[in-house]
Order: sequence, then C-alpha cells, then structure tokens
Amino acid sequence: MNNLVSINNLVKYFDLGRGQRVHAVDNVTLDIGEQEIVGLVGESGSGKSTLGKTLLGLHDKPAGTVSFKGDQLPGKYRAADFQKYAPHMQMIFQDPYSSLNPRMTVGEIVGEGLRLHSDQSTAQVRDSVAEWLTRVGLEPDHMSRYPHEFSGGQRQRIGIARALILQPEFVVCDEPISALDVSVQAQVINLLDELKHSLGLTLLFIAHDLSMVRYVSDRMAVMYLGSIVEVGRADEVFFTPRHPYTKILVGSNPEPDPNLERQRASTTIEGEIPSPVNIPAGCRFANRCPKVMDQCRTQTPELLPLTEVAGETAPRHVACHLYAG
Amino acid sequence: MSDPLLSISDLRVEFDTYGGIVQAVRGVSFDVQAGQTTAIVGESGCGKSVTVQSVMGLIPSPPGRITSGRAMLRGTNILGAKTINGQDIRGDQIGMIFQDPMTSLNPTMNIGSQIAETLIVHRGYGKSRAFQRAIELLEMSKIPEAEKRARQYPFEFSGGMLQRAMIAMAIACEPDILIADEPTTALDVTIQAQILDLLGDLQRERGMAIILITHDLGVVARMADEVLVMYAGQIVEQGSVDQIFYHSAHPYTLGLRAAMPTNDPSGSKRLSPIDGSPPDLFNPPPGCGYCPRCPQAMKICAGEPPPVIALDQGQSARCWLHHPDNPAAAKPNQAPTGQPGAMDE
Repeated sequence: MNNLVSINNLVKYFDLGRGQRVHAVDNVTLDIGEQEIVGLVGESGSGKSTLGKTLLGLHDKPAGTVSFKGDQLPGKYRAADFQKYAPHMQMIFQDPYSSLNPRMTVGEIVGEGLRLHSDQSTAQVRDSVAEWLTRVGLEPDHMSRYPHEFSGGQRQRIGIARALILQPEFVVCDEPISALDVSVQAQVINLLDELKHSLGLTLLFIAHDLSMVRYVSDRMAVMYLGSIVEVGRADEVFFTPRHPYTKILVGSNPEPDPNLERQRASTTIEGEIPSPVNIPAGCRFANRCPKVMDQCRTQTPELLPLTEVAGETAPRHVACHLYAG
Repeated sequence: MSDPLLSISDLRVEFDTYGGIVQAVRGVSFDVQAGQTTAIVGESGCGKSVTVQSVMGLIPSPPGRITSGRAMLRGTNILGAKTINGQDIRGDQIGMIFQDPMTSLNPTMNIGSQIAETLIVHRGYGKSRAFQRAIELLEMSKIPEAEKRARQYPFEFSGGMLQRAMIAMAIACEPDILIADEPTTALDVTIQAQILDLLGDLQRERGMAIILITHDLGVVARMADEVLVMYAGQIVEQGSVDQIFYHSAHPYTLGLRAAMPTNDPSGSKRLSPIDGSPPDLFNPPPGCGYCPRCPQAMKICAGEPPPVIALDQGQSARCWLHHPDNPAAAKPNQAPTGQPGAMDE
C-alpha cells in the first residue's frame, strides 16, 4: 500500500505569551495509506483535532512536514495553496450546528466548493448539488432551504456532501458523529462507509468513542497530550492494548453488556490529563501511569515497532519504556 | 418487592410553542425502589429529561404545563408541591446533577460557598459550619486538597472536578433520591469511569436511589438495576437490566442495540441504523409512535395505540407484537438480528 499522507515529526504549538506555550501536537509521525481509514482516539485536549486541522493547512506547521502523494505541503498556507489543495483534501466538522453558515442556503453551502474550484456553469453546479444531496440521503429540493430547517443528522449529511462534492482523495472527519443520537450515528457511519467504497476515500477518523473507532477503522492511533502513544490494527489495539494508557482507555469504555460490565475489574485511574502548557520531561503519561518506572520521569519514550508479537497483521508501534530494549 | 420510594403514574406534560402545543410526555408511569438505580434511556427529544424535571418541579410554567399525573414520594403527591411536611423536596429530599456542570454553577461564587448555600437554605446551618461541611462533602466526592479547592472558583476546575463538586452539592442534604441527567455525557471516558464509580460508591454507602438519564447503553449496562426505554414521550419498554439487554421485547430497543457497535470480535461488520426520525409531537400519531420506523409494523400499529403489555417477571412493553391475540405471538427476541426491511432501498 502506498502512503497517501505522510506525517513526519509534525509539531504545532500555540504561544500564550509570557513564555508560555501550549504543545498541542508534539512530534507526531504517522503514515496513512491509500484508501485506508485511520482512527485517531484520545481524550479532549490530546491534540486530535489540532492534528487534523494542521494536516489540512488550517493551522501552520512550526516544525515537521506533511506530504500528500509525495509532495511536501507548505508550512504555512497562502490563498493559492488552499486553491491548490482544497479539492484534494477536505474536512467534515464535528458540530453540524455551528459549521454551516446560517445565512447561506444548502445549495450555496454544498455548491461553494465547485464554484470556487471548477469552471462549471451555474446549471452544472446545481445539478451536481442535487446529485450529491440525493447521494447523502436528502432531497434535491432541500437546496433552497437554510440549515436551521434540518435536524442534526441531516445537517451532518449536508456537511458530508459539502466536503465530498469536490471528490477529494483525503478527508479528515473530526468527530462526525459525536453530536448525534445513536440511531442516527449508525446512518452516518454507514453512509461514510458506502462513500468510502464508491469513491475510494482515505479517511482520518477522529473520535473519542472507542467502540465506534474500532468498528470504522482499519488502523487506530491513540494520542495522549500531543503525541501518539500507540498505533496498530484497530481490532488488535482494541482487544490487546499494549501501552498502559491504551489499556486504561479501553478498560474505561463501558460496553452495552451488563454481564461483561459486572465481571470487569475496575480500571479507573486517578487524576486527569495534565495541562499541555510546559509539558514535563520524560513520558507524558508518567504521573498517572500504574506501571511507572524511574526512567519514565526523565527519558521521553520513542514510538518504536513492537517486535515479537505473534499473529499480528500490521506492525504495532508503542511509545513506552516497558517495551523498549 | 417492597413499596416503591417514588411512584409516578400517568404523567403528562405539554409545552406551548409558536408551532402549537408539544406533548412532550404522554402518560409515563414507573416506580423507583430505594437503593436501586433506575436508568431512563432514549434519544434526544423523547421526553426523558422533561419527565424528571417535572418531578423536581423544574418545568417552567408558562410555557410548560403538567396536565395529569401523580408522583408519590413515600405516599405523598409531590407534583406541584414545594415541600412535604415542611421539608423542601428539591435539593433536600431529591438531589439533582446536570449534564453540563460548567453552566450549572455560579461563576462568581467559590465552590465551597455554593455547596454551603444548600445547607444554609435547607438545614439552617450557620455560614462557617456550612463551609466546613462543604469541605467534607468535597472530600467525600474524592476531590484532592478539598480545603484549598473549596475556595476556588468554577473556572479553576476541570470538567470532571466540576461534576464531582456538583455531586457534593447534590448529596449535601443526604437525599433519598439522586437524579443524574446525563452526568457523564460531556466527559471523557476515563473521567466518566471515575464519576460512575463515585456514584456507585455513594449509592452503596448511603442507600440512595439513583435515577440515571442517559443515551449511552454502555453506561446503562454498567450502572442500572431497572431500565426504562422511552420513545416519543412514552415508556415503550421497561424491565431489569438483564431483561432489556438479553430479552429485548420492543422493536425500538432491538433497533437501538443493533445500531451500536458491539465489541464482539466476531460480530457482523455492519450497523443497522433505524431509518427515519422520531414523530412530531405537535401531532402525535394515533397509533404507535414508532410504527413508521418499525421493521415489524403491522396494520393495527398505525391506527391504534398499543397498550402496555406485561411480560414475564416485571418486564413490560408497549407493543402490539406481544398482545395475546397476535397469532405470531410474541416470544421476546433473543438477539439483535439484522432488521429485514429496515433499509428501504
């Protein structure tokens, strides 16, 4: 499999002034293959959304590189760069309420990409919008309505049509379902799945719902405080987590099965995710880790491939001193 | 089973809106047993929050209106009442925590004083005694450095810590019932697990009943003894947590379970969504509210509202499938199977 997107040592920080700096994304390296769905999980504040936005040029890149089909993307996008890359890389946003302009009709929202990035006539744009609305399960005559006339699930479909009308190769889905009800989540997930197969999409699927990420993704990456702590095949990471943080994350995920829940030992950990301002030296998880060792507090573990794992179909990478050397 | 602590019967709530009258709750009846957790599950707009808000007297009127029903707390009807025998209901006999602790707390008061206020108002404590008690309550909610934290303001707390502070406030007067309205929806899974553990511990220590409102079936499986499934303003199925998960009787309950990914590695690789959307409660349909989305709908479902049909061992479902006159009669389904006809293409 060729890599569609390669992220190398990507860094994104925000300066707060007075020498304080939020390390939102710190030295992340990740490859995303063609037509692969990579799930990105982590708690709020772990930098998942910032990583997604930095990939698409919505944030600049202070250090590190991102390549798309072998081309290195510019560190800071100018208008011409957006013009060049937007047709290939798109984003589906988390909140279907605030991400659609309330003063534009659905037809304008969905068709805007085509108007800016193609030389189709107004009539052609209208036809494509109608086609895409049908494709995502809405009616063509919804085009003349405004976003407030739709339910959350329908708005998320509008957001999907908006992102996909340019037929991009790569789409970042930033928590596309977390604002939706359970029955509607399944509708949107199945729609994404169908479109993935019919269009050959590559997706970075950001979510905090582990069961859903396992279900949707080929591979899963777990982020903690700006860096990736574990990557591997989604099923394998979910069922045999290696990094202590992944174990706790999986163990905290309540399962819709009362017998399983009764048998399960409590895996809760004390404390909360620390502030990403002025991150301490060593492993970021050290102060909450049940298996912390002396070296964890001083040496930052690298994301290394795990060697002796029998029966795993893709290499597993873990950033933890327990597995090093 | 002993007498229920709280018994709600035939609760109906309406709201006046520009579009007409919304019938948010349409005849809800259930019991809450002391020391048990009763979970109410359902999608947004199904009436689960309105049900408990009317018990708490939190329905704004106008536009809201409780048109019928009773809520008996130890034999006294508390609907519309503020006190029983001189004791406040809200905050004293029934405590409540909300989904969004950030907006439920006063940003201009320190946390300790907000908790102390409950005790000053309901128990007539003096200021300093109430503040001391607030610190103890924060310790009980497992907030580290409670003494220092009590003097801090809500913006200095994280989401999980705020929810602990809310719990401390809700249990200040040692209520018999704690209502938790989506208490962990805004929190991350690791924090959610901490909060659910805390609620479980407090329940064991104090024998409180908990009414837990959630849309997350995982949280239900972890916490609940009894489960009520709500749809379009009505309870469509109720039973013990095992009955609901292993012998679901109502097609909506089955649909909800099939729409969630299971963590069974051999599980089927496709989710079965419930197509369509819930009915408009301005004009509730004459028959079953779930009928237009139900894969097992029959002719009678569209025209006649189904009665509540009692099944084995306290389980009941509001569904014609289980009516004794239905020839295809009603063995509760064992597993969430793919729903034929659910996809209309």
